[in-house]
Amino acid sequence: MTRIFAFLVCLTPLIAQASDWRQFRGPQGTGVSDETQLPTTLDAGKNLAWKTALPGRGLSSPIIVGDRVFVTCSSGANQDRLHVICFNAGDGSKRWERQFWATGRTTCHEKISVAAPTSASDGERLFALFSSNDLFCLDLEGNLLWLRGLMKDYPNASNGLGLASSPVVVDGVLVSQIETDGEAFVVGIDAATGLNRWKIERPKKANWTSPLLVRGAKGKMVVALQASTGITAIDPTSGNELWKYTEGASTVPSSAVRGDTLYVPSNGITALQTSQDGAPFKQLWRATQLRPATASPIVVEDRILTLNDAGVLNCGDTIEGKRLWQLRLKGPFSATPLAAGHFLYLVNEKGLAQVVDLSKPEGEVVGELDLGEPIIGTPSIGGGGIYFRSDRHLWKIQKT
Amino acid sequence: MFTRSVVTIRLSLIFTAAAVCNGLFFVSAAEVEESVRAIRGIGAEGKGQVEAAKAMQSLRSADAKSILTILMAMGEGNALADNWLRAAVETIAQREMTKGTRLPMLELGQFVLETSNPPRARRLAFELITRVDPVTADRMLTGMVNDPSTELRREAVQKTIQQAETSLAESNKVGAVLLFQQMLGLARDVDQVDSIAKSLRTLGQTVDLPWTLGFLTQWKVVGPFDSTGGKGFAAVYRPEETLDLGAEYDGKTGKVRWQTLAQTEEDGSASMNKPFTPLKGAAAFAYTEFNSEHAQTAELRLGSKNAFKVWLNGKFLFGQEEYHRNKAIDQYRMAGQFQAGRNIILVKVCQNEQTEDWATEWDFQLRVCDSLGTPLRSSALAKAVIAPASGGKL
Repeated sequence: MTRIFAFLVCLTPLIAQASDWRQFRGPQGTGVSDETQLPTTLDAGKNLAWKTALPGRGLSSPIIVGDRVFVTCSSGANQDRLHVICFNAGDGSKRWERQFWATGRTTCHEKISVAAPTSASDGERLFALFSSNDLFCLDLEGNLLWLRGLMKDYPNASNGLGLASSPVVVDGVLVSQIETDGEAFVVGIDAATGLNRWKIERPKKANWTSPLLVRGAKGKMVVALQASTGITAIDPTSGNELWKYTEGASTVPSSAVRGDTLYVPSNGITALQTSQDGAPFKQLWRATQLRPATASPIVVEDRILTLNDAGVLNCGDTIEGKRLWQLRLKGPFSATPLAAGHFLYLVNEKGLAQVVDLSKPEGEVVGELDLGEPIIGTPSIGGGGIYFRSDRHLWKIQKT
Repeated sequence: MFTRSVVTIRLSLIFTAAAVCNGLFFVSAAEVEESVRAIRGIGAEGKGQVEAAKAMQSLRSADAKSILTILMAMGEGNALADNWLRAAVETIAQREMTKGTRLPMLELGQFVLETSNPPRARRLAFELITRVDPVTADRMLTGMVNDPSTELRREAVQKTIQQAETSLAESNKVGAVLLFQQMLGLARDVDQVDSIAKSLRTLGQTVDLPWTLGFLTQWKVVGPFDSTGGKGFAAVYRPEETLDLGAEYDGKTGKVRWQTLAQTEEDGSASMNKPFTPLKGAAAFAYTEFNSEHAQTAELRLGSKNAFKVWLNGKFLFGQEEYHRNKAIDQYRMAGQFQAGRNIILVKVCQNEQTEDWATEWDFQLRVCDSLGTPLRSSALAKAVIAPASGGKL
């Protein structure tokens, strides 16, 4: 009986699985999946596992924990009704939905929406953040565990265009980067209680980039905060600053990471190795030709890929940042590409998904699928499928 | 004996856990009320969060009848608590509906119909009814075009707009115009007002949109003051210290005096570019008076792409140092205490030094509303005071 009780108590954590996609750009925020059975030619008739309607707008990525897919949306005349929805990954049926009222301002640019930041999960809890700075923590069954109205707490932390930075959870701390012209801070919130563990002031400048986990000295994970001033690495448990890179960075595309190296949208792309003994970081190279536009860069094995304003995919090597080839795609793009194996998955703003085979000498488009609706949000990969979301629908594409 | 007790305790724990999981363990009415009180104690920066989380655990096990108690506890001005309570209602409702238990539909319906109940709670009750009986819910909307719940009102207004469009499709232009005009006065969401206005204009009717939305259009303005490097937002200029409509100040380009702002835009914007030319690195002040028939709390609703500060009767309400991100009607909602009679509204609006084409706007739009978004209009007294140039101190 003790075993039964233990089973009951421990049921929720068991739901989480290795193929989870628990945050923006998935495990470690790399955007790279270890899935090996994804479709590459994309045929609507063969590969559409399911498509389901969403009750509101959003560009947050779906996140996947075990057999559940979590999506956020916003609806209503002022986009002030906030939705957190859990779907079954298998058939797209809805398990539960919770709705809340926004307590902060909801004004956004027409391309952004209040459901812009991607949720995060530690495998037991879901942390859903909205542009109104409303933050909800629910268990995987939809039970509200705590909430915060961060614009109530910090009233000038808003951006008329909307906020989009996605939080990360590490060592029991949810790190949320909220930087606007009026008020800017990063807060470490205790994942269990919802109370601040620490809060640090940041440069007052609008910033849409997301914090990123990167391996620092002695293998310890640190949080890299990107802003117009550059990169600040902090200890996620205390918020203490560890090191700074001060040569500026973009406030729209976030850095890419692979292992102990950050590929920062700074003066094109600047590669920073972060696990140096006795030194905060080492600048490996800088490549102005690899400058990304809105979508964040991604590193796939020894290649770095960026998308420019013209919808051209730039491929460089990660050793010295040399551009290897360019491939014109059908843009424009806001969503960040993802990768599995040697395939790159992209979706443009018109909803055209494209697959690029990176094993070809200069890359080659091998698959296309027109989803027929504007898509701004980055897709997700998990449980053998790719998930795309628009303002109206959520799709699961998988191999048959 | 000892072993048997341990087994009994363990069994009790297991069955309790299982019962809670299956919704078989309900809490008493007193416990529900106590939990609701704990949740209503939630405050800034997570204050009361731990207590609220414990209370929520209790509420999850409450029965369907408790939904009414929880709904009644909403709308006390604590938006965070309202979200906690909403989650409790949804959790209970989902569990009961999954089990096949009937929700207290009559009580929920009566709760909705009682317009003195909290608007958001009434809306939530309406949504529960909609899930169970959408036909009845839809019929209930009839007569809600003047409802104190903006969400219920919106749906009811939308139904009437559809009726107007049907009239139009049936070539009953007069009928359509009358319905549109009726809804123009009742709609509270700006997008709905805008849509109705477009329909009426298409039908040849004149619509004064700034007046309909209640924008304040009578201003006296002074400027430009030097705000080079963005210093103007934090700087304290003389009009912030003492309001004197007859005063002369040292401005950015010479001596400046208060002047009447003669024009406003279709969206109710008061443009500083018109009196002061499209300057950069400048600050200006706009002054108006609002005559309130009685003392009341009302909302000043402002939209601007520029950094601003707002004072009501000399009391600072809110400011935001942000330039050229976005502007929307009702972007910022500030609660203010209006006194009976004359009230003074002062706005500082700053322009930065961005040179892009899209960074030329230097304006704001402001209206006074009740919490529902109903425009409150100043009486003729205030207009009479502000219309002529005033040389006296306030």
